[in-house]
Amino acid sequence: MRKKKNWKLEILGILLGILWLLPFYLMFVNSFKTKKEIFTDVTSPPEQWSFDNYITAFHELDFLQTLFNSLLITVSSVLLIIISSAMAAYALSRAKSRISTILFFVFVAAMLIPFQSVMIPLVTVFGQFEMLNRGGLIFMYIGFGASLSIFLYHGALNNIPKSLDEAARIDGANRWQVFWHIIFPMLKPITVTVAILNIIWIWNDYLLPSLVINKTGSETIPLKMFFFFGEYTKQWHLALAGLTLAILPVIIFYFFAQRSIIKGVSDGAIK
Amino acid sequence: MRTKDFAYWLFLAPVLIALTLVVVVPMLLGVYYSFTSWNGITTGEYVGFQNYINLLKDERFLDSLWFTTKFSVVSVILINFIGLSLALIVTSRIKSSNLLRTTFFMPNLIGGLILGFIWQFIFIKVFASVGEMVGMESLQVWLSTTETGFWGLVILMSWQMAGYIMVIYIAYLQGLPKELLEASEIDGASSFQRFRYIVFPLVAPAFTVSMFLTLSNTFKLYDQNLSLTGGGPYNSTEMVAMEIFNTAFVQNTFAYAQAKAIIFFVIVAIVALFQVYWNKRREVEM
Repeated sequence: MRKKKNWKLEILGILLGILWLLPFYLMFVNSFKTKKEIFTDVTSPPEQWSFDNYITAFHELDFLQTLFNSLLITVSSVLLIIISSAMAAYALSRAKSRISTILFFVFVAAMLIPFQSVMIPLVTVFGQFEMLNRGGLIFMYIGFGASLSIFLYHGALNNIPKSLDEAARIDGANRWQVFWHIIFPMLKPITVTVAILNIIWIWNDYLLPSLVINKTGSETIPLKMFFFFGEYTKQWHLALAGLTLAILPVIIFYFFAQRSIIKGVSDGAIK
Repeated sequence: MRTKDFAYWLFLAPVLIALTLVVVVPMLLGVYYSFTSWNGITTGEYVGFQNYINLLKDERFLDSLWFTTKFSVVSVILINFIGLSLALIVTSRIKSSNLLRTTFFMPNLIGGLILGFIWQFIFIKVFASVGEMVGMESLQVWLSTTETGFWGLVILMSWQMAGYIMVIYIAYLQGLPKELLEASEIDGASSFQRFRYIVFPLVAPAFTVSMFLTLSNTFKLYDQNLSLTGGGPYNSTEMVAMEIFNTAFVQNTFAYAQAKAIIFFVIVAIVALFQVYWNKRREVEM
């Protein structure tokens, strides 16, 4: 009896899986078609698998430069978030006092503020200091990414006994060495979670870069995709090739790191 | 380490500087600006509560608030229902379990902007072409009416977020004691009874987490709104985040937009605090 039920669930699951992938399938097959072919038939595979749309989209998106910008901004921001948040959380978890409690509360409370509530003054102030560029953007990501990262690190650090620090101190290590050589390596699992959550968010962010990056050649993938789509809105064959290109790096990343990604997202949400 | 130590402040410095300049100062400035007539170029003068009084009569803002609320309620229910169903399917003893998890979760890795563009193609081109084939005219007008725009957004968000919520439910479902489930099965409990009396009470905390995450994500939605409907037709599917953006950067009324942004913050904060309160109360009960 149990076998029969699982067999039904298996079929249902697979059907739902196909339904979930259908949008990607339709995007993919239509990205190889000519404009005329999309007009007549959107569901079947293309008559000819031609890469013409991809060549045009690749050039129009300035794909290598755009990919480089996204990588540069995401990698730098995430590294800096990890370093600064781990350090801050360490200080807060090791010096238990009223100041630490208040600071921790402020960091966590900052998570409640929606981006729209600070967006206008933020852009104005940074504009006055000529900081509306990639460097300024990375700095802003540290500010917006710190809260959740500190929260996660703080939880993990509370599980590492203080006696470990003290033992190392007695052996002659200074604070800096204790943290980087002994504590930080022990935080590796939570570092993976922090990295993944921030990578997903920063890589896909559109609104902040759209307000901060105003120089051609510095755009990230979502930003460039927005302009590209606006230009080719009636030319689905090119738009779809562009979208497929834009998704490709994420799919490759997911293929290699799916286990850590799903675990990271799940840990981040529950803690 | 003590708070008097230089090392303490050295370790905190990078985050303190970034958070102050990126969040704290703009937030305080924002509150101040919301009481002025500032437009981005000239420093406006103090106008008291005028901006707040005006937004109470601003139909476009109130419409967007109502649309956002409706959208959030419907989405939260659907996403949680679908997410829990998917979690129950993939945690049952089926062969394709891992592959299905990967599949359902995939949309979450891709940016909302790009997902919105993909679904624009599905709703406009694919729906129209299928509608033509089967002779259903209702499929040919998607995203061109308020109602189809609304459901378009709901479908997009459910498809995207159900996999995320599924992952959360899975984490709780895996913590269920297997012996208990097996014992109840031997005792002859039906699968509905097992779900109702064993699974449901034990995964209840997952509901709070998931509800809050979906509510917060749908209420603050911007990217998907921008790329799927762009707020159209005639701003009727414009959500609060987009309405604030347009007030600021299209109509260039900075101070007025900032007042709306403060109200937006207050609503989000109240919902979040209610969530914390709710959690605490339940923890006490248990």
